[in-house]
Order: sequence, then C-alpha cells, then structure tokens
Amino acid sequence: MSEWLTAIFISPFLDMASGPIFFAEVVISGLLAGVMYSMVALGFVLIFKASGVFNFSQGVMVLFAALTLVGLMERGVPLWLALLLTVAVMITLAYAIERVMLRQLVNQDPFTLLMATIGLNFFLEGTGELLWGSNVKKLDVGIPEDSLEVAGMLLNKFDLIAAVIAAVLVTVLAVLSQKTKIGRALRAVADDHQAATAVGIPLTTIWVTVWAVSGIVALVAGIMWGAKSGVQFSLSLIALKALPVLILGGLTSIPGAIVGGLIIGVGEKVAEVYWGPVLGGAIENWFAYVLAMVFLMFRPHGLFGEEIIERV
Amino acid sequence: MIYRETGQFKTSYRSDQSIFPIVQDRWAIYLMVAVAYLIIPFAANEYWLQAILIPFLIFTMAALGLNLLTGYAGQLSLGTGGFMAVGAYAAYKLTTMFPAVPMPLVFLAAGLVTAVVGIVFGLPSLRIKGLYLAVATLAAQFFLIWLFNRVGWFYNYNPSGTITAPPRTFLGIMVTGPEATAPVRYLVCLTFVAVFALLAKNMVRSEIGRTWMAIRDMDIAAEIIGIRPLTTKLSAFAISSFYCGVSGALFLFLYLGSIETQAFDITVSFEVLFMVIIGGMGSILGSFIGAGFISLMPILLTNAPHWIGLEMPVDLAKELEAIIFGGLIIFFLIVEPHGLARLWQIGKEKLRRWPFPY
Repeated sequence: MSEWLTAIFISPFLDMASGPIFFAEVVISGLLAGVMYSMVALGFVLIFKASGVFNFSQGVMVLFAALTLVGLMERGVPLWLALLLTVAVMITLAYAIERVMLRQLVNQDPFTLLMATIGLNFFLEGTGELLWGSNVKKLDVGIPEDSLEVAGMLLNKFDLIAAVIAAVLVTVLAVLSQKTKIGRALRAVADDHQAATAVGIPLTTIWVTVWAVSGIVALVAGIMWGAKSGVQFSLSLIALKALPVLILGGLTSIPGAIVGGLIIGVGEKVAEVYWGPVLGGAIENWFAYVLAMVFLMFRPHGLFGEEIIERV
Repeated sequence: MIYRETGQFKTSYRSDQSIFPIVQDRWAIYLMVAVAYLIIPFAANEYWLQAILIPFLIFTMAALGLNLLTGYAGQLSLGTGGFMAVGAYAAYKLTTMFPAVPMPLVFLAAGLVTAVVGIVFGLPSLRIKGLYLAVATLAAQFFLIWLFNRVGWFYNYNPSGTITAPPRTFLGIMVTGPEATAPVRYLVCLTFVAVFALLAKNMVRSEIGRTWMAIRDMDIAAEIIGIRPLTTKLSAFAISSFYCGVSGALFLFLYLGSIETQAFDITVSFEVLFMVIIGGMGSILGSFIGAGFISLMPILLTNAPHWIGLEMPVDLAKELEAIIFGGLIIFFLIVEPHGLARLWQIGKEKLRRWPFPY
C-alpha cells in the first residue's frame, strides 16, 4: 500500500525534477495536443454563444467535413477546388440545419435542443458514411511530419504547424467578431436574443452564419486531425475530447476554449506519462473529465464562462 | 362515448387520490397486467421474449431511473451506462461471493451499491448546474467503465475480461444462467419493472417527488421555501442510480448472460436519455413508451427491408438505420417536444369528448 502511495504522491514529482528537459518536452507536446482539442471546442462555443444550442454533433461535423474533402480529392479534384467545394457543402449544411431543425425548435428548452443535435449526430454520421464509404482514408495536404530540435527538445513539426493554424484561426475569428458588421450582430444575438431582434437583426441569418462558420472551423479541425490520424469514424469521437475542454473553459468563451484546451492537453499528457503506469494506463479517457470537474468545483461556470445570476 | 368519467363519484379521500381515477383506465391497466402475466409468457415464442420483450422491460427500468433524475429532479445525467455497469458488476461480485443469497435480493443489493456510487457522482450537482453538470456526469461514465476494465477483482481475474451470469435458482426454479428459460426470465423482469414502476409513480406523487419537482423548476426558490438542495439532489441521484443499477444487473443476468464493459458504453447512456426525452420528461408512462419506441425501432429498421423483400448489404443497412434513427428523433422532437406521453394525454382528452365534441 505504502509503495503504491509513493508511486502516486512522491515518485512522479521526483521524476519531473530529475528530468527537466523531458518534462518540458511532455508539457510542450501537451500544449500542442491541447491546441487540437481547442479547435474542436471552438466550433461548440461559436454555436452555443449565438444560439444557446449545445451542438453535440460538432464532432460529426468535423468527420463529415473531412470525409467530404477526402472523398472529393480521391475522385481527382485538386486540393484548392476540393476545399472550396467542402466549404460550400458546409454552408449548405448550415442552411439546411437552420431551415429544417432549428427554426422549428425555437424557444424549446436546452435539453431538447441538445437531444436534437444528438439526432443530427446520427443522421450526419450515417449520411457521411453512405456517401463516402466507411473505410479509413489517408488525408495528405502536404504538412511535414518530421521532428525539429529546439533547445534540446524534440518537437513535431506537424504539431507546431497545427498551433500556428489555430492561432491564425482564432485571430481571424476575433477580427471577424470585433471589426465587422456581421460580427457585431453576432455578439448582439449572443448577448440577448430579444433585444437583438428588436433592433432589427435577423435571427435566422445569424444562425445560418454561425453554423456555417463553425462548419468551416470543423473543416479546419478535420483537416488537422485527419492528416494526423487518418479520416475515419473515430474522428467523430473527438467531440468527447472537446467536451471537458469546453466546460473547463466555459461554454460561452472563445478564449476559454483555447485556455481550456491547453490545460486539458498538458494535464492529460503529464498524467499519462507520470501517473499512467501506476494507475494501469489508458487513463486519457476519463482524466480530462475529472480535471474539468475539479476546476468546476471552484468555478461552476468554467474559467471564463459567463456567470449566470439567478434570482427568484 | 365509452371513455367518459361521468357518474363516477369520489366518496373518499382514498378514491380521490388513486393513481388511475377513471374506472376505464383502471380496468385497462388490470387487463394489461393480466395479459403480461398470464398470456404472454405462454403465447410468445422464444425470440419475442428474449430479443424484444426482455430488453424492453430492462430499458424501461433504466429509463424510469433516468426519468426520476432528469425529468423530475431536473439534473441532466449522461452517466446512465456507467451506473448500469455498476449494477451488473455489483450483482456479479455479490452472487459469486455469496452463492446462497436468493437472486432477487442480489439484484436489490446491487441496486443499493449503485445508489451509493450514484451519491458520490452526484456530489458535483450541488455546485454545478445544467449542461455543465451533464458533461461532468460523463466523468462517471468514462471512469467507471475504465475501472471495471482495469481492476481484475471486478471480473474475478477472468482472462477474457468478461463476466458471465452463473446459474442460480430461486424457489427451486432456474432464474439465471444458460439453463433458465425465456418465460422465467421474462416474468422476473416483468415483476421488477411492475413493482418499481408503481413505486416510482407513488414516489413522484408524494413528498419526495414534490421536492424534486420544486428543485427542478427553480432551485433557488425551492431552497428559500425550505427544501434542502443537498438531500433532495442526492436522494434523486441515489434513487435514480438504484433503478439504473437494478436494470444493469437484470441486463447481465436475464438478457445477455455474459458481457464486457463495452455493453455499457456511452451509446447506452444516450439511448436511455433518448427514451426519456422521446417518451416524455417527467412522466412514468413516458418511460414505458420511450423505452418501447427506442428499443424496438432498431429491430424494426433492421427487419423492415426483409419484409418488403429488399436485400441490401449490411453496412448500407447500418448507415440507413443511423440516418432514419437520427431523422426520426429530430422529427419527434419537432412534432412533440414534450414526448409521446403528451400525445397520449392529448389523445385522451379527444377521446373523452368523442364522438360529440362541443
């Protein structure tokens, strides 16, 4: 028993202290993995902010976008055209979802909306596989995969590029929402639906826009994840990875999604490397959730989430 | 014309508070229970009992549990699969440790173990609310499944990692194990569901159910009028987990016989949640309808092409099934967001005035 306790409470820290370079390597690879989670979480936040819908199907949208892109490329469409076509598909999808589903479910409670997106999850999963087949596909968009040495640490070039792309994505989103007219409208809707409609902002257009934007974010995430681990069904399961990121950062906050992703990424990697062997491995399935829950105990609305003030 | 309560006077508090105040309803229920107990076990064949009715009853049990928690107490939980796994593994450990204990007691004890686990995982609900809580309950789902996979003690160090229901008799009749006949398994399930559905109905009509509903509708207001959030929320988690635990134990012992942790993965949690939402949140009847709908629909969708003489490859059928399943769920949520139980309620009102509406 005492051996076991030592293995949990003492030796991991000794290991960290004795190998600082290795520790830094673990932390950095965790940060980079976290960036990938953040990209998926971003799509959730965008939709939740603007329409109050907890879009469970974001993971499948990632899969759907990646499948469409790969499917088109397999049929000999050049990369740039395939990208454009996939963006067009995602926009059409956003439009269809708004028309068929969201419009009918206005003012329902959040649980019902959540369930509807889980239904959508099944629907898109089936459709994607029906159209493009369910075997594993390789996605090659020309990102180098070899390692790079920085200050004695081995880093994967691919992860670094992913981080840069995520940074660009967040910057673009920030500029879009702060400087453009449509961005202002988006923020107005996110703040208060009724007030926004009262000043003449068309709610339905805004919804189509956010779903389309988060569809494009899903495409970017799909390209990065697909290039990393192949385009296959399990890609849709990254939604389950993004959920703890989401609640840790706060459902309504874009910076929260980023910071949450980084915390979860680092926490998961460090725990896996230093505590994994003691606990019997494969702890990455639940560790993120437990970590998020610990944070929620202190901040029930996530780190940056909007605090809901309740009155009787 | 036939379905009308005119002339049925209530002369005592007892009759005023009965579960089915209308005589026709009461007779319909008596009739259904009689059919379920006396006719179905003898008339239905093995396939119907084992592949359709038993899973329906088991999922009804789980849906009842989740409905108490989500529909009545307002705490959204995505950990149902994990709690069912606790029930199954607890029952397995108990009956292998104490083979002499009669099976129904083992099921109940497994439920109690699950209730304790439920309280532990319900603790965050005191601090976290709504969707944040829903995601936090996923921690229970993933952690419990991982635990049962990793720790050999739970599956008696069986090299394959599966747990198998050992043969056990109750009152001289084989209830579990490969030898138990389908009608016996069915009757055990039916008895559990009938008793616990009645209990659930009475719980939600009494003080505990009312406090749950108060917490659901507005927890701050409930707190101000003197309802303790701590005991209310935790009792909801405990009782709901008890139901899920019993359901998980039945799932192992009376339905599949032998399982791995995969049988309780997150899709089960979603399925049970679908049952509650499609059936009707905050409705006992809804749990039955929802469980029937969700557990029967995949069977229907798999078999339908055969009936109309259409043969298709397996993967195509699977994809179409997912599409239709997803589509139907969205459809039902749009048509009746309050669930099928509400449709029945509306139909009942119509029936009362039929055939002479004002």
